[in-house]
Amino acid sequence: MKHWEVVIGIETHVQLSTQSKIFSGSSTAFGADPNAQANAVDVALPGVLPVLNKGAVDCAIRFGLAVGGQIAPKSVFARKNYFYPDLPKGYQISQYELPVVVGGEVAIQVVQGDEAEEKTVHLTRAHLEEDAGKSLHEDFHGKTGIDLNRAGTPLLEIVTEPDMRSSAEAVAYARALHALVRWIGICDGNMQEGSFRCDANVSVRPVGQEEFGTRREIKNLNSFRFLQQAIDYEVQWQIAEIEDGRAIQQATVLFDPDTGETRAMRSKEDAHDYRYFPDPDLLPLIIDRDWVDRARAAMPELPAAKRQRFVDEFKLSAYDAATLTASLELAGYFEAALEDGGKTNAKACANWVMVELAARLNKDGLDISQSPVSPIQLGGLIARIADGTISNNIAKKVFEALWNGEGRTADEVIEKQGLKQITDSGAIEALIDGVLAANAAMVAEFRSGKEKAFNALVGQAMKAAKGKANPQQVNELLRKKLG
Amino acid sequence: MIRRSVSDLAKALAEKEISSLELTQLYLDRIARHNDALNAFVSVDAERSLEQAKAADALRAAGRAQALTGIPIAQKDIFCAKGWRTTCGSRMLDNFVSPYDATVIEHFNAAGAVILGKTNMDEFAMGSSNETSYFGTVKNPWDTQRVPGGSSGGSAAAVAARLTPAATGTDTGGSIRQPAAMCGLTGIKPTYGVVSRYGMIAFASSLDQGGPMAQSAEDCALLLNTMAGFDERDSTSLNRPNEDYSCALATDKGGRPLAGLRIGLPREFFGEGCSPEVMRLIEDAIAEYRKLGAETVEVSLPNMKLSVPAYYVIAPAEASSNLSRFDGVRYGYRAPEYADLNDMYCKTRAQGFGAEVKRRILIGTYVLSHGYYDAYYLQAQRIRRLVANDFVAAFRQCDVILGPTSPTTAFKLGEKAADPVQMYLSDIYTIAVNLAGLPGISVPCGFSTDGQTRLPTGLQLIGNYFDEARLLDVAHRYQQVTDWHTQCPPAFA
Repeated sequence: MKHWEVVIGIETHVQLSTQSKIFSGSSTAFGADPNAQANAVDVALPGVLPVLNKGAVDCAIRFGLAVGGQIAPKSVFARKNYFYPDLPKGYQISQYELPVVVGGEVAIQVVQGDEAEEKTVHLTRAHLEEDAGKSLHEDFHGKTGIDLNRAGTPLLEIVTEPDMRSSAEAVAYARALHALVRWIGICDGNMQEGSFRCDANVSVRPVGQEEFGTRREIKNLNSFRFLQQAIDYEVQWQIAEIEDGRAIQQATVLFDPDTGETRAMRSKEDAHDYRYFPDPDLLPLIIDRDWVDRARAAMPELPAAKRQRFVDEFKLSAYDAATLTASLELAGYFEAALEDGGKTNAKACANWVMVELAARLNKDGLDISQSPVSPIQLGGLIARIADGTISNNIAKKVFEALWNGEGRTADEVIEKQGLKQITDSGAIEALIDGVLAANAAMVAEFRSGKEKAFNALVGQAMKAAKGKANPQQVNELLRKKLG
Repeated sequence: MIRRSVSDLAKALAEKEISSLELTQLYLDRIARHNDALNAFVSVDAERSLEQAKAADALRAAGRAQALTGIPIAQKDIFCAKGWRTTCGSRMLDNFVSPYDATVIEHFNAAGAVILGKTNMDEFAMGSSNETSYFGTVKNPWDTQRVPGGSSGGSAAAVAARLTPAATGTDTGGSIRQPAAMCGLTGIKPTYGVVSRYGMIAFASSLDQGGPMAQSAEDCALLLNTMAGFDERDSTSLNRPNEDYSCALATDKGGRPLAGLRIGLPREFFGEGCSPEVMRLIEDAIAEYRKLGAETVEVSLPNMKLSVPAYYVIAPAEASSNLSRFDGVRYGYRAPEYADLNDMYCKTRAQGFGAEVKRRILIGTYVLSHGYYDAYYLQAQRIRRLVANDFVAAFRQCDVILGPTSPTTAFKLGEKAADPVQMYLSDIYTIAVNLAGLPGISVPCGFSTDGQTRLPTGLQLIGNYFDEARLLDVAHRYQQVTDWHTQCPPAFA
């Protein structure tokens, strides 16, 4: 049996978070009544004309900057002609020969077992286009309903080179891209609502062979899991076909999540001739240096730069830095918490955000942006741990109290619930004396050489202090008293 | 009253000699009497027009009248007007009532003008004789056996027969100028981008331009003042300050008002292909212009001969895409019976479009097809640049270019209908102007006495970009010393 190499390229349709459509003033909000958000331009009445929404161009520029691509000083909108009931004009306005972004790359991390491999996926291009409407085949007694609310929604289509070699890499790329477009604020990333959809071009070739195999394109994958399943199925199907002596035919295929299989939708022979030509209703899109500079000035710090800064400035591990920069919201939360928690306590702060907070959010099914504990509150809590006001264990109590809204600040909770740590050695000594008097048997055990008994005595002392005694001091004083 | 120009009617309205209601009724009566003979109007809605007239009179009474307030104006049925059936001369839109106003219509409404009705036209503006309309052929008021020209033939016939004081047209390859010439009117196609295309049903987007058709240059200037202007809803609209086109015409420049004007005579306009009768009248006009003080220089437009073939690649290419929206799904005609979606598309478009429209959709689809695009569409775009460059070079030597508008006077109905290429060649002098995006005006310059009837002839003046004001002025000075433009077809006098 031969060894096969998988080759994957991905095209992603990213719905841009503009208020209005790319060529009309209609709202892009999701979920309105059918056709409530379709105006004369969206319905393609006779005589109407498109006008470009500059907000969509801003998004494209931001993306180009984020991936290090070239922002084309001149790009051209073209018409892609085909007939379909939910395509009102009979053509889609897209970009063909001259796209708005050329090149660029996305860094991905492919985790396999304990190993995380770094890899770069190169982008071919990204271009602006409009979405089509929706055909609704149910509830119309055998007829088809057309909803044009989505028609004209701005999309950025991002096309990679055939750089990926496994479904894991494809998913890693899709995840990295998904995080990036949300990070730079050009897409809400909502995959259920279709804001982020992938097409995967998949082929296989014998290991060592230079030229690519014939590819099939899996359309419209709207979850990472489907992306993985579809590619895995497609790869084993293609290998089986070739090994059975059948050639792969270029085709567009659909993935059926119910069966986990892909099936051909149309072959190359019946592929459309889209008759692309420059749209005479729109002037070439000219993006001058000023426009790019304005967009650059409005860009957030990018994930890679932030990751590196977390390592350099806060001495976090690469792993922690990567975890905390998974989203702009999470990184923002962490940095805001540090404002109050103190930069020297970055490691502790990172742990709290990644462990306690993450677990609690997860338990209640909340997103970081919905956290009941604000970063200021968490920062305040961490400051109190750092200055010895409370122990880490008591801090968990305070955190829970903050989560439940039982106080506005950590200080307030500590004060109200009397959780301040006892550090006065006189008070601790008195406590220990009481414990020693009440546990003569344990003391005897310790003296006979059982080290375990010491821990039991510490436990008793902490219990007597209701957990508030400084554990280190308790240890030291107890050992001193026991001689 | 009906012989008067728009500016005279405006005076009559201002001096309360007549109300807009009376004036509108007068023209509606003429339409009722004569339209059967001419078929110039597709839609008349007396109630709606009179309502507007009343509103215009009220505006005047309130002291808020503008230049065109109360003037009835016929609108080519390519402009969407709210509440009006807007057919574009096609069965496809026979039942289409526009829910919105074109920018041009908005401008007329804001000026208080009255929409007198919607005029017949070649289907989707594709034609040079008004014989491709689903609503029947329009007849030339000078000889009803002849075509009025096209595609704005309904507007031209209506103005010539004095069924309206003025009308709008659109010009993609000569559709304002050629019918203006054949019906004895003045019609101007402005620089591409001066008049908004929003709401003007697209034929070939990069060539289409709206403009006025009226008796005189003076009237055209009045209408253009209202039609022109930047429109943010049209991305190809030019953002520049509004001009007053009437202003220049009003000054008295004495006996030689055109002294210093250099008129370019392209040798390609004066060779073969033009009827001797038309050529003789153009020569007379040139002599008249010399008397007005203008000098003439010979110029050359070497690539002009390529403009017709280039046009018949570019215009159908754009049209094939522009007309895709007429698919029977959302509005307009849908075939009554069909088996499935594809069958619905096929039958709807087979039944909804006429032969000339289908011919151009087929040509356009072909030239944009994979493997042919470079050889046809890209090549045509290169020629387009060459043609435009010819004009740039010519305008280094002259201020305006003069020549015939059409190689012949109005031809007989059906004469060229069977031969598309002969028909296409009737736009030979006008098409290059659209390819270059320049302004052009057709001005009546005499009558052909060849044969039984008198048929009007037009001269074409072509200006540099944004030189509408100069073109109107050059036409106006000629009209002050000639009376060709004031003549009315005897049957409609």
